[in-house]
Amino acid sequence: MQIFKPASGHTHSTVQKSVVNKLNFYYGGYQALKNIDMMVYEKQVTALIGPSGCGKSTFLRCFNRMHDLYPRNHYEGEIILHPDNANILSPEVDPIEVRMRISMVFQKPNPFPKSIFENVAYGLRIRGVKRRSILEERVENALRNAALWEEVKDRLGDLAFNLSGGQQQRLCIARALATDPEILLFDEPTSALDPIATASIEELISDLRNKVTILIVTHNMQQAARVSDYTAYMYMGELIEFGATDTIFIKPKNKQTEDYITGRFG
Amino acid sequence: MPIPNNTDHSPGSLRRSYKRYLKERVIELLLFLAAFLSVFITFAIIYLLISESLVFFEHVSVWDFLTDTQWTPLFDDAHYGILPLVSGTAISSLVALVIALPFGTIIAIYLSEFAPFTVREIAKPFLELLGGIPTVVYGYFALLFVTPLLQTILPDLPGFSLLSAGLVMGIMIIPYVSSMTEDAMRSVPMHLREGSYAIGATRFQTAIKVVMPASLSGIAAAYILGISRAVGETMVVAIAAGMQPNLVWNPMEPAATITTYIVQVSLGDLPHGSVGYQTIFAAGLTLLLLTLVFNILGHLLRKRYREVY
Amino acid sequence: MLPMNHPDNLNEIRTIIAYHKRWDLLALVAGVTALMIAILTFIALFGSMVIDGMPRLTWEFFTSFPSRKPEAAGILSAWVGTTLIMLVTAAAAVPLGVAAGVYLEEYAPKNLITEIIEINVTNLAGVPSIIYGLLALGLFVYQLGLGQSILSAGLTLALLILPIVIVATREAIRSIPVSIREGAYALGATKWQTVSDHVLPYSAAGILTGVIIGLARAIGETAPIITIGALTFIAFLPPSPIQDQFPFVSFQWLMEPFTVMPIQMFNWISRPQEAFQHNAAAAGLVLVVMTLLMNGLAIYLRYRLRKNIKW
Repeated sequence: MQIFKPASGHTHSTVQKSVVNKLNFYYGGYQALKNIDMMVYEKQVTALIGPSGCGKSTFLRCFNRMHDLYPRNHYEGEIILHPDNANILSPEVDPIEVRMRISMVFQKPNPFPKSIFENVAYGLRIRGVKRRSILEERVENALRNAALWEEVKDRLGDLAFNLSGGQQQRLCIARALATDPEILLFDEPTSALDPIATASIEELISDLRNKVTILIVTHNMQQAARVSDYTAYMYMGELIEFGATDTIFIKPKNKQTEDYITGRFG
Repeated sequence: MPIPNNTDHSPGSLRRSYKRYLKERVIELLLFLAAFLSVFITFAIIYLLISESLVFFEHVSVWDFLTDTQWTPLFDDAHYGILPLVSGTAISSLVALVIALPFGTIIAIYLSEFAPFTVREIAKPFLELLGGIPTVVYGYFALLFVTPLLQTILPDLPGFSLLSAGLVMGIMIIPYVSSMTEDAMRSVPMHLREGSYAIGATRFQTAIKVVMPASLSGIAAAYILGISRAVGETMVVAIAAGMQPNLVWNPMEPAATITTYIVQVSLGDLPHGSVGYQTIFAAGLTLLLLTLVFNILGHLLRKRYREVY
Repeated sequence: MLPMNHPDNLNEIRTIIAYHKRWDLLALVAGVTALMIAILTFIALFGSMVIDGMPRLTWEFFTSFPSRKPEAAGILSAWVGTTLIMLVTAAAAVPLGVAAGVYLEEYAPKNLITEIIEINVTNLAGVPSIIYGLLALGLFVYQLGLGQSILSAGLTLALLILPIVIVATREAIRSIPVSIREGAYALGATKWQTVSDHVLPYSAAGILTGVIIGLARAIGETAPIITIGALTFIAFLPPSPIQDQFPFVSFQWLMEPFTVMPIQMFNWISRPQEAFQHNAAAAGLVLVVMTLLMNGLAIYLRYRLRKNIKW
């Protein structure tokens, strides 16, 4: 199978940003994640792949404690965040603090029914930024990084709903970038978009990897191959194989991974 | 970059911010108190009605209250039988229901199964507006329009009667019954209707044999909540039915209901703490118990049809 | 037995279908007739008040106090009273009802207490309004010593419409998708920030609809106001809330006696003289137009809202 890699001169890094130790996760009595060990390397793109229902989204949502929003969910094990060397799943850790440092982009674009400007500025506002000049500068930066600035710079006051689907998703990425997160989580960010919008988001992710650590869930293997440096294959709540994307896609160690990647099952 | 390989994963800067946590909890507590206020209101109602009624029942035995056929608390020869008030309530409600249930149901069937989209879009808000007209206005309508109109057909009808009060009350409740019945019928999934149409049933057959049985508990709930509305209605009867407590079974006569008695006493000037003052709480307790039974039954039925679909 | 598509059978089927279609037609006619009767009733109700009341609807009618002479009587104290009481009602019912709705929809854990509160709210909505009057009589008028005042009446009606506001708030909040909340949380917003920055602003129009419907209901409520003993002859206005001397605002009006539109109308209906009944018709007309306008506004808002939802 052919691997498409954007020629970006991006190098593999082995600096650990986060370490997952023996992570178990339960929805009430149902165990959704089983004993997961994994590394997340700094300023790299790590893709989580696997058949639907394998727990990849559940795993992703552990990183910014989204599961805390709903009752009867609980975690066991650790997700260590560096450089703090702190377990972000610890009950003493404030999920709000975690989410301020680890942001997320969702499956469907979910802009707030506010103006484009206010959407991007929201994260800054809840951090107490009030100075108009700072807000404007950071919003512009975020929109530039999300490759949206040129398209919206003349209509920042427009309602975000008036943007196209792909633009809305880039707006959500800008919203997440505005606060300089350390890790950016993507939960199947292109599954609700058309192929052209998908290509632009993928290009954006490739560009962002020099700036931020990225974890992306995708059901599209080509996408994983195109954008990621590392890939984790999950099945039924377990991490089956983890490694450099080239290795996983060319020479998977595990028979199950190979079957999935070559399309024999999934 | 060397990572310190220690096992102390203390939260450090990620530790829960105590100040933020406290603020969030205080807000949650305030919101909870607002929600809990409704429970407090209920307890206040029950406590007040029962405590004042207990004083009343020190003067009047429960047996007399339930069996005496006269209600003359304000006379020198005081009798405290709730039956005349209950009979007035029952008769006026019955008249109202004879109007409201059939009409409400027919309108609901029409709007849910027959009416074209535009008719429904216009008729529903119109009915809602009808339901929003103040009851005192319906009282005026009963006394000064419906009663004279009825008197041209029934010359013996007195100026105050349970009949005209009940009729207008029925008209007033139609929107309430029809909107709840229609909700119940429209919650029946389309594939049930399609199944019926597919074997050659007409609209009416589908409505009667498929949709109505499938939404039976919802329709029953609408009826029961309609009854509760009629029993608790005050102004129409207070204006158009007269206020004399008569133990009657003929709707052509004037009579008082539980609610109109409370109005009548309130219009007078009874001193706080007198037996007369307490009678309205005993009457109120009776009314609350009556409506409570209907309401609970109605909501249980409604919940059931909501669970099915 | 003959096959189903045999001509004899087909004829029989056609007869049956024709018979059933007659029932269809009958049901259709019944439905349209029932609706027509409802419309006719409304026309009769409105028409009878217009005929009797319209001649009384002069400027003086709005600017005169009630009087023993029917032709001199007006609704000044009544509409001022209604306005002031609606202020109190809204000021009490809106924050409490919205807070309760927010709690039940966003915060409440699934437990017994929550279930009790929810059942309670539905039951309170079905309690006859006159029972609220008795509660107000015992609690506000006597135990809290507020007397037969604007404050008592406003709070009574606030309790009465509380379930309406709570239910409307919950429905409006429920229509906001989870993805919007998760979007805010993912940026590090706290629960209250999510609620106050997103959930409440986006459901404001829906909540407003419920508040208007609730206030329209409160404006026409008569029985609970009678029960707190407010049927008195009021030929004066409460002191103005805005004063020309420091501190410029006064809350003395809250404790003043009052009359309201429906009470004034009831008062005139109970008079035997026909001239007073014309006054009642005029007051009723004002009242009906007020409630129709409010409910109409609410229905229009809801319609606009449904059309604009794009989640």
